Amino acid sequence: MSKEVSKERSMIIQKEMITGLFKELSTAKETGKKVVYTFVPGNISELILSFGMLPVYPEINALQSGMRKKSSDYIREAEQHGHSEDVCTYVKCDVGMMLNGNIGPTGEKIPSPDLLLLSYTGCFTFLKWFETLERLYPGVPVALLHTPYQEAHKITPEMTAYMVKQLKEEVIPKMEQVSGNKYDEEKLKSILRNSSKVEESIIRIFDTTKHRPSPIDAYFAGVYYIGPINSGFRGTPEAVDYYSELYKEILERIDKKLGPITPEGEMEEERFRLVVEGPPNWTHFREFWKLFYDMGAVIVASSYTKVGGVYDMGFRVNPDKPLESLAEYCMNCYTNLNLQQRTELLSKCITDYHADGFLVNSIKSCNSFSAGQLMIMQQLERKLEIPTGFIESDLVDPRYFSYSNIKNRLESFFQMLEQRRMILTRQ
Amino acid sequence: MDNLKEIVARCEELAFDLSFTRAREWKSQGKDRVVVGHMPIYFPREIIHAANGLAVGILGGGDKKLIIKGDAYYQSYICHMPRSIIELALDRHFEDFDGFIFPSICDVIRNLSGMFQILGQGKFVKYLDFPQNFKSHVGGTFYRYELQTVLDEIFKLNGVAVTAERLNHSIGLFNLNRSLITQIYDLRQQFPWRMTAADLYHVVRAGYVIPVEEHNEILSSVLQLLSKENGAPMDKIRVLVMGAFCEQPPAGLIRTIELAGCYIVEDDFLLGARWIQGDVDTSTDDPLNAITEAYLVKSTFSSSVYDVGNPKEARLLKLIHERKVDGVIFAAPSFCDPALLDHPILQKECNDKQIRFISFLYSENTGQFKVIKEQVGTFSDSIKLWD
Ligand code: SF4
Ligand code: SF4
Repeated sequence: MSKEVSKERSMIIQKEMITGLFKELSTAKETGKKVVYTFVPGNISELILSFGMLPVYPEINALQSGMRKKSSDYIREAEQHGHSEDVCTYVKCDVGMMLNGNIGPTGEKIPSPDLLLLSYTGCFTFLKWFETLERLYPGVPVALLHTPYQEAHKITPEMTAYMVKQLKEEVIPKMEQVSGNKYDEEKLKSILRNSSKVEESIIRIFDTTKHRPSPIDAYFAGVYYIGPINSGFRGTPEAVDYYSELYKEILERIDKKLGPITPEGEMEEERFRLVVEGPPNWTHFREFWKLFYDMGAVIVASSYTKVGGVYDMGFRVNPDKPLESLAEYCMNCYTNLNLQQRTELLSKCITDYHADGFLVNSIKSCNSFSAGQLMIMQQLERKLEIPTGFIESDLVDPRYFSYSNIKNRLESFFQMLEQRRMILTRQ
Repeated sequence: MDNLKEIVARCEELAFDLSFTRAREWKSQGKDRVVVGHMPIYFPREIIHAANGLAVGILGGGDKKLIIKGDAYYQSYICHMPRSIIELALDRHFEDFDGFIFPSICDVIRNLSGMFQILGQGKFVKYLDFPQNFKSHVGGTFYRYELQTVLDEIFKLNGVAVTAERLNHSIGLFNLNRSLITQIYDLRQQFPWRMTAADLYHVVRAGYVIPVEEHNEILSSVLQLLSKENGAPMDKIRVLVMGAFCEQPPAGLIRTIELAGCYIVEDDFLLGARWIQGDVDTSTDDPLNAITEAYLVKSTFSSSVYDVGNPKEARLLKLIHERKVDGVIFAAPSFCDPALLDHPILQKECNDKQIRFISFLYSENTGQFKVIKEQVGTFSDSIKLWD
């Protein structure tokens, strides 16, 4: 494996985008830009942008704190303030960060919210999280957007109508009031036009894992790829550029028959192709990833990269129906799909991307993902006769990351994959 | 039945009958009768009643069901109740059930609905998405649509059309049911020694598994019996128990709290039975709308409802004052995000207003109460000593 990692142009663009956003946020109070706190799944960033406001994603802050090894102290601080050990650690990490001055990943202070946009999609904890934030920032208005769950495997016209009414009567009026700007549908449409270009690129990018070797890792590197769409850039010209540049780079890798880039350079031999369900661990992200690339395991699809929107089942925004599109986008996020839909989607990924195995990284914090995962595993095992593996960790609480435990489990899983391969070759 | 002890014993038997014998019997007595299971917290059972159905509360296996298969479906850090519900399903306890309702209260219940779909339980499985928007023409319209979906499912099974007359009648029966429970709670909070909290719990819980008409008779008898003096007050503090609205505490835990020096004068154990505060209108041509409106404007506060503009800590305080509570016990199931994420908010309010509280976790099959007994005992003693 080559140790030289040169930065690709897409990485540079992404870094500039994120740094620029945090810079803008740090001066928001002086520039008068209004700040909206919201969540990744069902993030209607196009609407926020159309009002000229800036988004902040507490989950992203939490994961960044995890990666920067700050989460442990933050979580402890929240627990000292009465939060239980048993609940989602993202919430505690975020509360702890706020209690410590709300310093963001770039070392700059993140401004307090002017609006709490509780667009809750696929997770109830979001409700509780914002009830907590509402008390930390008294007087800040809350705009609640309830996304109905796809319980009957579909989106009905009534579900869309309910969401559109909430947008019109709850969310937009509050945005108008906070930003001082009127709702501008034409502006929203033009932002959505960019979103639809981004969606196409995302699909194409994650579809390149069909190749052997796969030119990308759709989990560990995938989380970087979805960074811009999940942090407020969907619908911006920068996002359009970023994704077309990224796609170009990936095509070059395919031409050269190169495997994915890892923190230690190019992965040279692709030995196992996996589909992974569940979020990653952030506190030991590099070590975690290394356990895979050292074994030549590449992730060809992951559910986590679909948390901020599922595009591979045909959904696309329609700029001519902007509010309906935002509603359907929210309803189509991964954790808003019912268990059967999630199983079907994973099954499609396993088949389409010729995976050798299916792995669950079960997150202690996250009932939204975790409850039902064991059943998904059983279903896939039965239906596709594919080896399945199971590991447990947490998003940002290092107390729940046991390196040796995960390593042992992964080694047995890879052995199982190896044996199966030998049997299949013999047959 | 005219003896409180007998009534309570019968209710206890009914409440923990995991074979749902009474519901099966009831169903067998009519061709177009349906039985629909519903999970906590709240579900408007009136609509099932009006469709010639019996809504049966599914509250887990408690400490009565050994978990053998359920653990293979849930990781260790997920609350206990869904694994006992899966165990019950796999052991065919719900064989005669026609459908299941999963009210939206958390991600575990939500995903459990998907597991029931995959397991093919019942003839329909409905996740009921309670609106978080409380405007009639926004959240109300959506909620009404959700309720209509349930009615459509039942109509497909038994062909019973729910007329306004039928639904108004059913609403009336459930109004009476809630009113009787409220009267018992009110009376008991004045004279808590007349009936233990565990006994009251069994009486209310029995109503989850039998026809409302029968439960109303039981409640009327209980109310009458409680009106007469019985027993004598003891030197106990008055507590409110909070956080136990979904996975139920074992009856032993409720008893332990009272044995350790407390009278439980308010709780959220079976909150669904008291969810709507007051009556639902029975005089309209559009009773489904009346049920919808009642949800929008007469719901109690709970961890499953976002409280924009109506902070739950203020509502808790009001309850504390109304019930003349000396202290609060925050008792939540382990790993219950909704309950546990509320606790810092509610506890801060208690701290600010100098209301004493303690908190602990339980699971429905907790069998050892020694530590809890000591904790509650110390709590009660400290309040008696210092207040
Ligand atoms: S429970 Fe899961 S989806 Fe919800 S906030 Fe926590 S980590 Fe995110
Ligand atoms: S006990 Fe809590 S976490 Fe478990 S199903 Fe009930 S509400 Fe959800």
